[in-house]
Amino acid sequence: MLNIDRDLGRFRDIVKGRVRRDLRRYMSSGELVGRKGKEMVSIPIHQIGIPRLRYGENRSGVGQGEGEQGEGAGQGPKAGDSAGEHLLEVELTVDELAEILGEELELPRIQPKGMREAQSAKARYKGISLTGPESLRHTKRTFKQALKRQIAAGTYDPARPVVVPIKEDRRYRSFVIENEPRSAAVVIYMMDVSGSMGKEQKEIVRSEAFWIDAWLQHNYDDVETRFIIHDATAREVDRETFFRTRESGGTLISSAYKLCLEILDRDYPATEWNIYPFHFSDGDNWSQSDTRTCIRLLEEQIIPRSNQFSYAQVDSQYGSGQFIKDLNESFEGVDAVCLSRIPNRDAIMDSIKELLGKGR
Amino acid sequence: MSRVATRFLREGRSLPPILEEARVHISELARSYGLDFFETIFEMCTYEEINMIASYGGFPTRYPHWRFGMEYIQMQKSYEYGLSKIYEMVINTDPSYAYLMDCNLLVDQKLVMAHVYGHVDFFKNNLWFAHTNRKMLDQMANHATRIRRIMDRHGVDEVEAFIDQCLSIDNLIDPYASHIKRRREVSEDEIEKAESDQGVGRIPTQRAYMDRHVNPPEFLAEQRRRRQQELDRMRSFPEEPVRDVMGFLLDHAKLPRWKHEILQIIRDEAYYFAPQAQTKIMNEGWATYWHTHLMTQHILDDAEVVDYADHHSGTVHMRPGQLNPYKLGVELYRHIESRWDKGRFGKEWSECEDPRERRAWDTGAGLGREKIFEVRRTHNDVTFLDTFLTEDFCREQGFFTTRYDPKAREWVIDSREFLDVKASLLQMLATRGTPRVYVVDANHANRSELRLHHEHEGLDIQLDWASVTLGNLVALWGRPVHLDTLLEGKPIRLSHDGHQITREARKESA
Repeated sequence: MLNIDRDLGRFRDIVKGRVRRDLRRYMSSGELVGRKGKEMVSIPIHQIGIPRLRYGENRSGVGQGEGEQGEGAGQGPKAGDSAGEHLLEVELTVDELAEILGEELELPRIQPKGMREAQSAKARYKGISLTGPESLRHTKRTFKQALKRQIAAGTYDPARPVVVPIKEDRRYRSFVIENEPRSAAVVIYMMDVSGSMGKEQKEIVRSEAFWIDAWLQHNYDDVETRFIIHDATAREVDRETFFRTRESGGTLISSAYKLCLEILDRDYPATEWNIYPFHFSDGDNWSQSDTRTCIRLLEEQIIPRSNQFSYAQVDSQYGSGQFIKDLNESFEGVDAVCLSRIPNRDAIMDSIKELLGKGR
Repeated sequence: MSRVATRFLREGRSLPPILEEARVHISELARSYGLDFFETIFEMCTYEEINMIASYGGFPTRYPHWRFGMEYIQMQKSYEYGLSKIYEMVINTDPSYAYLMDCNLLVDQKLVMAHVYGHVDFFKNNLWFAHTNRKMLDQMANHATRIRRIMDRHGVDEVEAFIDQCLSIDNLIDPYASHIKRRREVSEDEIEKAESDQGVGRIPTQRAYMDRHVNPPEFLAEQRRRRQQELDRMRSFPEEPVRDVMGFLLDHAKLPRWKHEILQIIRDEAYYFAPQAQTKIMNEGWATYWHTHLMTQHILDDAEVVDYADHHSGTVHMRPGQLNPYKLGVELYRHIESRWDKGRFGKEWSECEDPRERRAWDTGAGLGREKIFEVRRTHNDVTFLDTFLTEDFCREQGFFTTRYDPKAREWVIDSREFLDVKASLLQMLATRGTPRVYVVDANHANRSELRLHHEHEGLDIQLDWASVTLGNLVALWGRPVHLDTLLEGKPIRLSHDGHQITREARKESA
């Protein structure tokens, strides 16, 4: 039997190798930001092919049809016999890209905390019963049963295969309740969208947040994400808004941390959840007193219940960039705190490595 | 049915009765017109299978290589997006195998069968295919096994990388090689004799005093120079430029056994496929001629006419500015047929310059059918067009040459002159996008370096690909490789030493 899978696999490996080589370019371009994990992204790849001696661009050709000298002649010939430069569009899912990213950065697989396992009761329709509501009737089973009965009774005629179920043949789906353990994780993304963050800065932090999200989604079966944007006040937004929005205003980082705490208190008890807050900012906080509030919040509330608190600060031409220094002073040597600076687009990869490299 | 084929192809692909009936009917019709084909086995495939087989060049078993996977993805994409669809595929073997797509309409299947019989007749009778291996199905499977075995021993990555290198030069072969003996061996004796001959072309004289006048010093110097050139040529290796670069490497490159074997395999396959590229227009034209004839004269029933017309026009449809080999081929066969039917050939015809007389010319010769059968036997695309593309035909078909207008950023019509069109067409076909490259010196600069010469025909070669290809040649030859060519009108030499490529100006005579 014909089988092309092997050659197809080899080709996909080559493509992935090519993507890996150009990964930095794809990541910093920001084009992919906002896509979902299972979504296919088309990536144009140059020149995967067998190079041969051949002619460059053709300078003349032959065509057929109407027209005067000097008039347009349609698309014109391609170089030589075969088509010219072909851009190959290969399709990968964001998930696959995240995997390549993980391999490339040698990111460790994150081990969920064993004790933080939630038991959730789930009803699963996996049984069959003789009674039940009509809406749950299992048609295939019902007919099978009817067929069995007719064959046993000798009323089945293969020449005229009519099967008529009677009441006793009816079968219904039924559920059983199962307790299943799950390792649950929640990631809370907080992003500074204040006026001091320029367009470039916002794009950088978005790209970084996007790839972190892609990696975590790939890593955990079941991960919840919450998104907070803040300037002087903070508000929770959906994913779409988070990756698209433009705002401006002053900066009160504590507002975001307070909102984050609220969400955690309300929805995610630390005993059941692996918690990963990420915060992206240019580090230009309104006042030192607010910074002190922030540090207090982190120290007393957020960090103790989180697996890891990550802060990434993008360099900005306006901001003082003071915040990361303050954090560093307070949390130097604390394992659960991870700080990273992103000087420019090209540093996104390295920053991701710093934040996720610990594998907590 | 061949035993080999059943081993690779799924059982139960044989034709359903209705198609088998159509097949018998069509093959009998085709035979009644004098088509002479190998036994042809049709198999039903899904579009996935047909794309798969097509990616492997029509052969169910090929050696493992990633490019087959790439072709498959591209074909699959193109099919899924509705851009293209493979109607038929047939391979040049005896018995011949053809694949039908199971979702096609009945009328399509009939069209394809008629078309396929045209191809198989062409494979069997065209002289350019005379040297191809008709048991290629077995041969390809054999190649696959050998390469798999080599991979087991030397590792997939290494072997695949080497296959890439071989494929990179698989167009550097001599497509005419099977018909011509190119090499004349010069023996060591001849060289020795030439070397020891110190007479240096002196014209013998009866009287000593005349020698001064008959053989003046300038004359002797010239004679000596010529002799020296002759000697250089005899001593140089190869003595004559060699177009079959692959073959040259096979004979003379110092390759380990397994690499030698792979190079041989890739070269064999390249030679097997070469005639198909040399006769694309003729072959497609021939098959189209016959499917048209059989379908419209015999096979179609009333209900099928519209679908047939739709699909047939799809195959001979001409996109503006592009040449369709199906269309060009079939029209030229018809043109030849009508000329020979009306006796429009020979001395009287070509000397007749009265347009009215020419238009009315009909001797009732009726030799058309016979002529096109002869043409399909002896010609390839280049000679086909060279011999039969006439000014009348060119005008009827509305051919023009195109050139790129950089200001308008589009291709524009350059000329409708017959000679321009013909020259341009022949040039296109003669090269098929592959530059003519010869091995001219295997001991360049007395350092065992390989020097190639590109016979420049008005188009420059593409530099980035050339540089990678030269790198691959270095890997095969084991020493630096040079390529002499023209770039923007200036003679240059590209040299690759295995690490990098350099470009230098060169004197034209070099």
